[in-house]
Amino acid sequence: MTHALIGDVPVQPGAIALRGLTLGYDRHPAVHHLDGTIPAGALMALVGPNGAGKSTLLKGIIGEIRCLDGRIDRPGGADAIAYLPQAGEIDRGFPLSVLDLVAMGRWRRLGFWRSALPDRRTLVRALSAVGLLGFEDRMIGTLSGGQFQRALFARLIVQDARIILLDEPFTGIDGRTTADLIALIRGWHGEGRTIVAALHDLHQVKAHFPTTLLLAREPVAWGDTETVLTQENLARAQALSEAWDEDAAICGRGDGHHHAPPPSDGGDRHAHDHDHSHGHAHDHDHRHDHGHVA
Amino acid sequence: MIDLLFGPFIEFGFMRRALAGCFALSLSAPPVGVFLMLRRMSLMSDAMSHAILPGAAVGFLVAGLSLPAMTIGGLAAGLFVALLAGIVTRTTAIKEDASLAAFYLISLAAGVLLVSLRGSQIDLLHILFGTVLALDDPALMLLGGIATVTLFALAALYRPLVMECVDPLFLRTVSRAGGPVHYAFLGLVVMNLVGGFQALGTLLAVGLMLLPAITARFWAADLSGLIPTAMAVAMVSSFAGLTASYRADLPTGPAIVLAAGSLYLVSLLFGPRGGLVWRLFRPRHLEG
Repeated sequence: MTHALIGDVPVQPGAIALRGLTLGYDRHPAVHHLDGTIPAGALMALVGPNGAGKSTLLKGIIGEIRCLDGRIDRPGGADAIAYLPQAGEIDRGFPLSVLDLVAMGRWRRLGFWRSALPDRRTLVRALSAVGLLGFEDRMIGTLSGGQFQRALFARLIVQDARIILLDEPFTGIDGRTTADLIALIRGWHGEGRTIVAALHDLHQVKAHFPTTLLLAREPVAWGDTETVLTQENLARAQALSEAWDEDAAICGRGDGHHHAPPPSDGGDRHAHDHDHSHGHAHDHDHRHDHGHVA
Repeated sequence: MIDLLFGPFIEFGFMRRALAGCFALSLSAPPVGVFLMLRRMSLMSDAMSHAILPGAAVGFLVAGLSLPAMTIGGLAAGLFVALLAGIVTRTTAIKEDASLAAFYLISLAAGVLLVSLRGSQIDLLHILFGTVLALDDPALMLLGGIATVTLFALAALYRPLVMECVDPLFLRTVSRAGGPVHYAFLGLVVMNLVGGFQALGTLLAVGLMLLPAITARFWAADLSGLIPTAMAVAMVSSFAGLTASYRADLPTGPAIVLAAGSLYLVSLLFGPRGGLVWRLFRPRHLEG
């Protein structure tokens, strides 16, 4: 592996750099020593078994949970990243119309007081893009699961963010809706936006996502989807994610970062100034528990 | 008929003052109650109303039955408990209801202890049941001031407050306004409870805040309907309660809250949105 000096290299707009990143709960890492850059314009799938740290990584990127170690370099500004959680904290019993829900995506433009009326056309266009034209005045509580997910995608559209993070966006969604939403995602990709989606359906990943990060708390493989999603890698991911230890010792890899192969679709090559040798072998005898991964 | 309804207000200044005070409260407390209800924090306001007691009691110990002292004390105690509970919630694993319960119980016990240290039974009754028929100028101005501040603050915070209710995680990802907005809202709750306890007493201060809000749920579908409906219910309750208490010589605070309670029960049965009576009929379903 090549080593080179990196200082505080500014991240290009739309890219996310993960530097020696460890995320977790109660000091137990759920994502362990992750290094690499998600380049601007990437369409990347985040794959791994349950508890692999996919949701944790996405929450870390938006700043919802703090890094235990290492850091995430991402472009600033509240409009930079749009995020669709797996099971949001959305109160669907709240008497709010679909149009108002979508209008929330305009928060950065509208703020506390500015009128949303001039934006109405944008909002309606977003609703029509997700196939919900005519649903403007319906209460959100009356939508079906698929319709609601479509409405949330409309909100993502009006957020107009450079980076879009999706946490299992198609869980519990029927094939027709999934196909429509994937078409939207491909449209965003065509506009040069960076998209990271946590997914379980490997056929979907192979069909639509050029790059994949296979995660099992440790990065197992990262690069072209074809080369990442091999039987061997998937088996390793499964084995890694099943190992856990309630009384894990303190991690001794504090100075040395564990590397994943850098993404191969034009991603920044990563290296750092520590002169230490390490590989992917798990030569340390402790394992980690995480149990809180949503 | 006119005399029956309006007689006492035409005849007596104190009745007009009571009505004005209750109307001011009817404009400010119900909208706050609507948000509390929608955030499933209805009982939280009840806890807060108890948390106010020790502050009011300290004011009472220092200055006797003086409005400014008890108001400032009540505000300070309420805000302190709300802030403390909020901090504990955001920094530990304890949920908001549990941490609030812990602090309000401490607060309530301290309040009862303080009041019983000095002061007679009658003073205690004033604090517990309010003095709506003895509202003086400062008290009226306080109620009017609270209503004004509440309505302006709600107008200013409306959008992030709704977002914080519907999708707090989304608000966190696009803005840092969520935390401050939440605390500002808790401040409004405390302020309106202090206002309510001038009129209705600590025990019933929540009455005009929550009952109209919950009643409105049976009549209106969205916020633009819920808030005015809740205000109207509160005003009707105030008027009916005051009239009834004058005619039948009933204590005023309970009469007003019971009037609101009656409107709730009627709405529960006959309200067009989910009233129980409508369940007896099954309307023909639509084509699509």
